[in-house]
Amino acid sequence: MATPLIVSEVSKAFTMHLRGGIRLPVVANVSFSVRAGECAVLGGPSGAGKSSILKMVYGNYGVDQGQIIVDHHGQLVDLATANPRTVLSVRRDTIGYVSQFLRTVPRVSALGVVAEPLVARGTERSEAHARASELLGRLNLPERLWSLPPATFSGGEQQRVNIARGFITDHPVLLLDEPTASLDATNREVVIGLIEEKKLKGVALLGIFHDADVREAVADRIIDVTTFAAGKVAA
Amino acid sequence: MTDEPLLRVTALSKYYGSRIGCEDISFDLWPGEVLAIVGESGSGKTTLLNCLSTRLLPTSGTASYRMRDGQWRDLYRMSEAERRFLMRTDWGFVHQNPADGLRMTVSAGANVGERLMAVGDRHYGNIRATAVDWLGRVEIDEARIDDEPRAFSGGMRQRLQIARNLVTGPRLVFMDEPTGGLDVSVQARLLDLLRGLVTDLGLAAIVVTHDLAVARLLSQRMMVMKDGHVVEAGLTDRVLDDPRAPYTQLLVSSILQV
Amino acid sequence: MSDIATYNFAYLDEQTKRMIRRAILKGIAIPGYQVPFASREMPMPYGWGTGGVQVTAAIIGPEDVLKVIDQGADDTTNAVSIRAFFQKVADVAVTTETAKATIIQTRHRIPEYPLTEGQTLVYQVPIPEPLRFLEPRETETRKMHALEEYGLMHVKLYEDIARHGRIATTYAYPVKVEGRYVMDPSPTPKFDNPKMHMSPALQLFGAGREKRIYAVPPFTRVVSLDFEDHPFEIQTFDQPCALCGAAQVYLDEVILDDKGGHMFVCSDTDHCETRQACGHRGHLSPDILEPAQ
Repeated sequence: MATPLIVSEVSKAFTMHLRGGIRLPVVANVSFSVRAGECAVLGGPSGAGKSSILKMVYGNYGVDQGQIIVDHHGQLVDLATANPRTVLSVRRDTIGYVSQFLRTVPRVSALGVVAEPLVARGTERSEAHARASELLGRLNLPERLWSLPPATFSGGEQQRVNIARGFITDHPVLLLDEPTASLDATNREVVIGLIEEKKLKGVALLGIFHDADVREAVADRIIDVTTFAAGKVAA
Repeated sequence: MTDEPLLRVTALSKYYGSRIGCEDISFDLWPGEVLAIVGESGSGKTTLLNCLSTRLLPTSGTASYRMRDGQWRDLYRMSEAERRFLMRTDWGFVHQNPADGLRMTVSAGANVGERLMAVGDRHYGNIRATAVDWLGRVEIDEARIDDEPRAFSGGMRQRLQIARNLVTGPRLVFMDEPTGGLDVSVQARLLDLLRGLVTDLGLAAIVVTHDLAVARLLSQRMMVMKDGHVVEAGLTDRVLDDPRAPYTQLLVSSILQV
Repeated sequence: MSDIATYNFAYLDEQTKRMIRRAILKGIAIPGYQVPFASREMPMPYGWGTGGVQVTAAIIGPEDVLKVIDQGADDTTNAVSIRAFFQKVADVAVTTETAKATIIQTRHRIPEYPLTEGQTLVYQVPIPEPLRFLEPRETETRKMHALEEYGLMHVKLYEDIARHGRIATTYAYPVKVEGRYVMDPSPTPKFDNPKMHMSPALQLFGAGREKRIYAVPPFTRVVSLDFEDHPFEIQTFDQPCALCGAAQVYLDEVILDDKGGHMFVCSDTDHCETRQACGHRGHLSPDILEPAQ
């Protein structure tokens, strides 16, 4: 399918029950789609709701209204209303996610963290580790760190582990939340290269990049999130 | 994932006289899925766990379990013999206090081997070899196999309890505050071990905990309980990142940041 | 013995005997199952065989011939006292010869001389519950018997092998009766376990303090529990009886002096004496040490 991700008229607000039930609108009427092989970038200032949109697509945030349609195993699934089991299945096979921060698990090595999504999809552990090694090598993570749990790594090292973990699978949709935030120039280039490869493979990418250089390099299209500002319709 | 759930719970309620233990609970649990039940003391989570594990009979509602032969059975209509057999073969129960789940006066090896002997294993050498293997998997030194759990630390006891439960390859494990009462560092090790075992063995688990970090690390799905009712349920990271119910928001905002 | 008129025959009143007989019949109907009964106070302390005495009192008749043994011996305090008790309250004939007895009350041995049809062996039992060692709750052990959950019994044997390299339980060795109930054979040496299997005699077990009666009817399968790689074995002795030269019997060690001198003799005194009367001699037999003048 040429357009594996369609977001249609999605709205989201937070109701803060601990603060007297005030309602904080986040976004409204979010509508866009991402085609296979393109990298769409969510643009707009901080607080415009870029991360919230990404999290709704991944299922971390609930959706108040609208639909998020994803092509999952050839079937259209509405993530806004899908049950948890379907969301998990979509995450395993269809939507990948590179978050801003690595949620480390004690005692699991960097190599294990990176290989895990492949292992979860049934790839042999040895093969998964081989692919993980290759990616970590490309991202210039010193080999002596591979067998260590990433909890004690620096921000940049953790970020590279996180990127490798996100890029190791061949999910048809990949969400990128500031993957290059704490990387040096060399590694930013590596990530740009990885994104290009994904595009060539027909992956639909949706990302947030604060770094203008990277955004310029990878973005096929900027989606201006300010047009979805909740205030516009909330009144 | 298979197409059928492992456990199907419908409108389960338990009253203690006129007081509500838990009320109108319904959910499905699939093979390999870990469900966390969170809530404060008295929220009914332990009552629910005890009903599900048939240690307590509910006042109304049903719970059906898909047996190894694929047959669906109503847990509350099974004979006691069948239920007890299920509990020591296809199920596990990890108590908060390991002393409740272990035989404190027999050796670690016998604690692990008991379930095997209960299902008719009569070869000492094999039983012992299996016990050695399982002690290794829960990171207990093989040299301790003939020691009684009385001589073990809290964390070791808990790991032994886990080995004792998993030795028959159960498909469903109930855990009641499995990390409660342990030091933080010991907790982390246990959680990590549990997480690994659950993934490697494809276990389904229902974990009762008041610790949201435990729920985050172990479970894919969670139910938040208050006053005997489920106030919010869903994907664990959805519930924790975007809590909807007032009580869940209170719980999430009450976590101490380190 | 005119004062005996103050007691009913065999000490217990008829209602009590009937109650005990009902328990015995139920026990025989369900081999190995522990039947609760309303154990009475007996004129002897608990631990001295009050269970066995009540069973014997309930089944004994004026025509019976009673033998009582304590650790195989007819002449120790417990045996002598119980024998005297029944002579007094039932006026029955007594004997020390296994073959002549119709009822043999025993504390912790089965006679060496093979029992025959029509004989009844009454065991004195201190703790009837074989699972008690590992499971203190009576409600739980009862359930385990009811549901035939006997894995725990093997846990005990496992512990033995783990600690001693072999099954070190030498007495009260658990058995499975007729393929169903696991039973404590009372603290007899495991040497005697095989004698229980398919025995032509009726075997009754009475536990006075614990208020339980159980039974093994004649010709019933009694199998000692074990592991495939650690099969059940009875004790063996390196030497024959020092007095009668018998081999393949259960021996007691007797200390002879305070310099370490000792000998092994038959624990079954009747068996030993019968053999000696037939001319069998062991290496410490008085005849050999001090030939008859």
